[in-house]
Amino acid sequence: MGLTLNHFLVLGALLFCIGLYGALAKRNAIAVLMGIEIMLNAVNVTMVGFSYFSKVKPYSTYLTGQIFAIFIITVAAAEAAVALAMIISIYRKRSTVDVGEINLMKW
Amino acid sequence: MVISTILFWIIAIILVGSALLVVSLRNIVHSALALIVLFAMAAGIYLLLNAEFIAIVQILIYAGAVTILVLFALMLTRTNNLRTDSNPSNKQWWLAAIISTLIGAAIIFAATLSPYSTAQGGSGTGYGTQACPLPPNNVVYIGQLLYSPTCYSYVLPFEIASLVLLVAIVGAIVIGRED
Repeated sequence: MGLTLNHFLVLGALLFCIGLYGALAKRNAIAVLMGIEIMLNAVNVTMVGFSYFSKVKPYSTYLTGQIFAIFIITVAAAEAAVALAMIISIYRKRSTVDVGEINLMKW
Repeated sequence: MVISTILFWIIAIILVGSALLVVSLRNIVHSALALIVLFAMAAGIYLLLNAEFIAIVQILIYAGAVTILVLFALMLTRTNNLRTDSNPSNKQWWLAAIISTLIGAAIIFAATLSPYSTAQGGSGTGYGTQACPLPPNNVVYIGQLLYSPTCYSYVLPFEIASLVLLVAIVGAIVIGRED
C-alpha cells in the first residue's frame, strides 16, 4: 500500500488540532506561541502534500503548494519575532507572561 | 509495504508524539526542546514529499532560528521557567480539548470524503517548454519559480515578503527596546 494524499491530510489535521489545543489551553504566552507554530507547521505539511499529489496542470507545474509553504514559513518567522518582542515588552511592564493576568482590555 | 510508507509511519508517529509532548509537558523548557524534534520530523515529511528546499528551510528557520528565539524569550521572561510547573493549563482546558477534537474530526471527515484524497504519487512535469526547460532538481526549480526574470515566477510576492520581513524586524526592535 503506497502513500496517498489522505495520509498527509490526516497527519496535518492531527497536528493542527494538537496545536489548537496548545494555543487555547495554555496560560504561558510563549506556550500559546508554540501552539501557533505547530498549527502553521500542520498547514505546511498539508500544502506540500497537495503540491506532491496534485495533477491539476498549472498548479502542479508551478509547485504552488511548495511556494505557498515558503511564504508561510517567511510570515511565521516574522510573526514569531514580533510576538516574542511583544511578550518581552509585556513582561518588562507587568512582570508576568500569564495570558490570564494580562486583562487590561477586559470589560 | 514500500520503504517510504514505513518511513512515513515512523516519522508521523514521532511527529504527533512530540506535538503531544509540547502541549502536555509540565516544564516549558522541555516543551521548547520537544518543539525542536517536531520541526525536524516535519522536515523529514517534506523530504518524503520531494520538497528538499522546504526541508532545508524548515531545519534552518524553524529548528534553528525560531526555537532559539523561543528559548531566548523563555530566558528573558524567567520567573519560574525552570520549575516543573511552569507550563500550566488554564481552567477551560477541557473546553479547548473538546473544541480542538471537534475541529480535528471535522477536518479529517472533510478531507477523507474528498475525491482527490486518494490520489497516488508523482508531482507535475514542470516547465518543460523550449524557453524554460525543466530544472534539474527541486532547489533550482524553486529558485527559478521565485525569481526567474524570463519564465513564470512569483517575483512580486517574493519582494513583498522581503518588505514584510523588514517591517517585522523594525517592529520587533521598536516594540522590544528599553525605554
